[in-house]
Amino acid sequence: MEDAFVFITLTANATVRVATPLILCAMAGLFSERSGIIDISLEGKMLGGAFMAASVSYATDSAWLGLMAAIMFSMVLAMLHGFACITHNGNQVVSGVALNMLMSGLTVVMGIAWFSRGGQTPGVSPDGRFLPINLPFAEALSDVPIIGTFYSGFLSGHNALVYLAFLAVPATWWVVYRTRFGLRLRAVGENPHAVDTAGISVAWLRYRGLLICGGLTGVAGAYLSIAQNASFVREMSAGQGYIALAAMIFGKWRPVPAMLACLMFGLLDAIAIRLQGVVVPGIGEVPVQLIQALPYVLTVVLLAGFIGKSVAPKAIGVPYVKER
Amino acid sequence: MTSSTDDAGVQPGGSNSPPVAIELQGISKAFGLVQANKDVSIRVEAGTIHGIVGENGAGKSTLMSILYGFYEADAGTIQIDGKQVQIKNSNDAIAAGIGMVHQHFMLVDTFTVLENVMMGAESGALLRDSVVAARAELERLESEYGLHVDPDALASELPVGQLQRVEILKALYRGARILILDEPTGVLTPQEAEQLFRILGALKDQGVTIVLITHKLREIMDVTDNVEVMRHGQMVAHRKTSETDKGELAELMVGRKMRTDLQKQDANPGETALIVENLTVRDSYGIAKVDNVSFEVKTGEIVGIAGVSGNGQSELLEALSGITGLDEGRIVYGDREVTPSAPVNPEEVRKLSVAHVPEDRQKLGLVTDFPAWESSILGYHRDEALQKGLFLDPEIVKTQCVSLMEQFDVRPPTPDIKSANFSGGNQQKLILAREIDRNPKVLLVGQPTRGVDIGAIEFIHRQLVDLRDKGGAVLLISVELDEVMTLADRILVMFEGRIVAEVAGDKADEKTLGLMMANAFSETPSSDENVSGASA
Amino acid sequence: MSSSPVKPLPRWIDVGLVPVINIVIALLVSGLIIFAIGENPWEAVKIMAYGALGFDEGIGYTLYYMTNFIFTGLAVAIAFHTGLFNIGGEGQAYIGGLGVGLCLLALDTALPIWILLPLCILASGLFGAAWAAVPAYLQAYRGSHIVITTIMFNFIASALMVYLMVNVLIKPGQMSPQSVTFAEQSHLPFMSEVFAWFGMEIAQTPLNVTVFWAIFCCIALWAFIWRTKWGFETRAVGHNEPAAVYGGVDPKRTIMIAMFISGGLAGFVGLNEIMGVHHKLLLNFQFGYGFTGIAVALMGRNHPFGIVLASLLFGILYQGGAELAFEMPKITREMVVTIQGLVILFSGALAYMSVPWVSKVYNILAADKPVPSDSISAEGEA
Repeated sequence: MEDAFVFITLTANATVRVATPLILCAMAGLFSERSGIIDISLEGKMLGGAFMAASVSYATDSAWLGLMAAIMFSMVLAMLHGFACITHNGNQVVSGVALNMLMSGLTVVMGIAWFSRGGQTPGVSPDGRFLPINLPFAEALSDVPIIGTFYSGFLSGHNALVYLAFLAVPATWWVVYRTRFGLRLRAVGENPHAVDTAGISVAWLRYRGLLICGGLTGVAGAYLSIAQNASFVREMSAGQGYIALAAMIFGKWRPVPAMLACLMFGLLDAIAIRLQGVVVPGIGEVPVQLIQALPYVLTVVLLAGFIGKSVAPKAIGVPYVKER
Repeated sequence: MTSSTDDAGVQPGGSNSPPVAIELQGISKAFGLVQANKDVSIRVEAGTIHGIVGENGAGKSTLMSILYGFYEADAGTIQIDGKQVQIKNSNDAIAAGIGMVHQHFMLVDTFTVLENVMMGAESGALLRDSVVAARAELERLESEYGLHVDPDALASELPVGQLQRVEILKALYRGARILILDEPTGVLTPQEAEQLFRILGALKDQGVTIVLITHKLREIMDVTDNVEVMRHGQMVAHRKTSETDKGELAELMVGRKMRTDLQKQDANPGETALIVENLTVRDSYGIAKVDNVSFEVKTGEIVGIAGVSGNGQSELLEALSGITGLDEGRIVYGDREVTPSAPVNPEEVRKLSVAHVPEDRQKLGLVTDFPAWESSILGYHRDEALQKGLFLDPEIVKTQCVSLMEQFDVRPPTPDIKSANFSGGNQQKLILAREIDRNPKVLLVGQPTRGVDIGAIEFIHRQLVDLRDKGGAVLLISVELDEVMTLADRILVMFEGRIVAEVAGDKADEKTLGLMMANAFSETPSSDENVSGASA
Repeated sequence: MSSSPVKPLPRWIDVGLVPVINIVIALLVSGLIIFAIGENPWEAVKIMAYGALGFDEGIGYTLYYMTNFIFTGLAVAIAFHTGLFNIGGEGQAYIGGLGVGLCLLALDTALPIWILLPLCILASGLFGAAWAAVPAYLQAYRGSHIVITTIMFNFIASALMVYLMVNVLIKPGQMSPQSVTFAEQSHLPFMSEVFAWFGMEIAQTPLNVTVFWAIFCCIALWAFIWRTKWGFETRAVGHNEPAAVYGGVDPKRTIMIAMFISGGLAGFVGLNEIMGVHHKLLLNFQFGYGFTGIAVALMGRNHPFGIVLASLLFGILYQGGAELAFEMPKITREMVVTIQGLVILFSGALAYMSVPWVSKVYNILAADKPVPSDSISAEGEA
């Protein structure tokens, strides 16, 4: 019983660690896509943010400055996406591919130029990192069965960005569903003509959506390089931006379901790592890759309309032009 | 959001001349080479319902879009309530007290009525207060104008008539004292239209100025105080509604053109080539755009379908050519019977020797990015004669294209030029050449001379008559009354999706046809006994 | 929003000058980056050019890279012509390689090379095509967005390959996930061997006879797009779907055909890599070629001839970039990836950024001259 509980706690913690950047990116993607701009460049923005966070933290020994730098840099990238897609009516997918590729190359180029370590940044000192925070009384309560273990073993002991990610979900929900900005954001992704005729600037609204998107991917990047790890490593985003995109689609462009999808994908990953090499009687060795591919397979199946229906914001991907 | 009451219409010292709500002077607007509005001036008196009639493409919607700040005029001035204003975007228009109900609703499907109404006019950064305020205001508007809509219903779940009320509520919520409605009844059932007009009446009683854009004359006669007629981007007439009638308006709308001097012999109809029986086609809202239509076309005759545009002609043409399916009834081409359960596609229709000159040549008739020689085989590109082994032989196609261009006087006769770079008339001749060249048994042709210069019109008409004389069955759909009267051996009049009358081509006169097109014929009996009302 | 009529740009500006301006901007920005990291851009260009084209080994590598880029570039282009964005070249190339590998693992000793070669061409094409066909079907018949599904299929392909290599196809008793090496008789001849048949000696490089197949594919795809009824239909659907429907074209069927071809072309990367170079199945042999294909197609304006030129340029960048890494330690393969990103940005997403001011300049320059009445530009078949 106690063992099972420890196992569950460990798996849950692993899930949360994997899910944190996914959740931040999924919320980021939600702000962009709800405004009608396809964003497949979550990956690139997160990678760029990770690089900036590690570089600035290393130079200043301040995790918070690193975080700010990551946020700013990812916002600049988001503005570049906006410049192409909103101002110049460029193809949103092409622009996203360009940003991903640009960041995949440029982070390493800049890394080599600045630190000469083959694209890695030097290790960031503990001051420059977001370290696990022990919640009040975590130690004292750890002996209390179940509740205490749960509190100290699971709720406590994560770094600030993990808590931030989970706060981002209700915050996103609140902004999207309870504010004027959110109302207009949802409107512009569904029918920009309605927004325009209501006297609101479509472009400015979309730029703001992208700004928030950039900021959140910056936080995700900082999590990778100065919270989960202690330096930037080339390609350290490793496709998580795409998984987050899949999770957001899986969550039907809504904050809470998107978070649940992120947790599910995180859990699959945690299980996959745990099951590596485990032989299940009757089946043989568990194909770990199958579990790792599940998020993508499930997303495809969902998009095909075989389980439920995930309907994208109606105006997504189409540049807004007053028609004639 | 101000909705102070009747002071909008009051002008100091204007006791003998009624106050003017809108005054447009010398408005001009061009899109590229197309002059959509040309030196348009109108005055709309406050607290009246002002109609603007004209055919599709006459420039009504553009004019109102300028007034609503969607486009900026190239020239001209706008005065609202006697004050000159600059309207650069919708915000300026809203600030000037103008509201607009667009032809295509500007609503967010996934929003509730309440959300749709308050979007853009929220009372603060948080929605909570806005929701309370909007709910209260909606209740007030409901009681004042009898505009009832469930504020918590999703827009996607409401019927069209209700959606339109939401649009009106949106405008009123923003304090509009001037309301523009663009073709408001196009999507409504007659009952819904009736309700709309009652609401408009109530608004007028409250001092709201209403501009009603429509091509339906009955509505103009029923609800407006004044009416303005637009044609080809210009204002051609202004009438007090009480001093005009549908016949006059119909004539003004269509315009009197010189009849082209087309020599043609009497038709020699043979066997039946196309049968349409009880055909019904519905749109995505479930409204019957083609409503229980039946007719026949025989070889060697031209049957013309007259009607004000938007009365189901386009949908009829698309169903006959296989582009869209049919919901009820049947179509028979030769031996092939098409029913809802045995549909047909455009490729098969062509194989049945049915050719189609579409209404919209840019959107359907050709691929504007293709060179002319490629556009000259669109739909016939699978023809064995054009292939050499696996390949489409450009030499054969170009040679054929040059010969088509010479026969049909397409200028310049250069097959390598991009289709987009030909003038409208030459594009049309190229399409006509492509469709007629194979001597089809049936030719479906929509608006053959829309936007085409006079010389080309005569030429195109000649080709249609020649095809008839060679034994082709031609179904001509046109909103140009002259064209139908010149070409058709029999004329069917279409109104709100139904065939409402049939007239022999040589017995038709403009006035009677105009009345039939407005479905007003039975109200004013004509002495012409050769005109008979057909099944409705 | 002025609507005064502006003269349309002549074709040579639209198709020639504007794309060149976009590439120049992308390369200028790349130069700025090189300058910013403390290297001399002009020196870098010289080293790259020499490294890629200055001696036979360099040329060999350049053309070997070009071969892969041609395949993936063509794959992206045919999809673009149909109005689709195939972002899944990466996965299709991977699975195409699997097809070749399975074919050779089974038959490498059983059949002579002249039967194996067509079989392997077929296998790589069919496997790649099948991997594209699923997203195509979902787009055409189920309405799922092909961009998202092809991205997902890249990852699924990757997971599938790892599974197969680690668990099924790995050479027994070996740690690294690679299959056994195919029998020598099944290897495609390297170009150095081909030259040797004629008594000429060149350095051995990965360049093999697949390059001829790539050139053949260019010509074949050109003929398909501009010289067959099917190509006619794909372009009609891509440019104006309602007109295509009017013309009796079934857009669903057309999407399937175009994506099938697209996937097949991407699959041929497997032919070059597995049968031509590595002679065994391994992981990540396709790495990056699929995405580079997007840059190649955008830069080559989706025309096979342009794609050959763009592939050559990227071949030079890849090979020259590798040489550059020796000379300038601050510049690595990632610099090439950066340049690719910039090319996609400026020739793709911002393709029309320069149009307004090019048009302004043109109108000023052309204002003096009277416009000839037949100023309509002649259109070639491209």
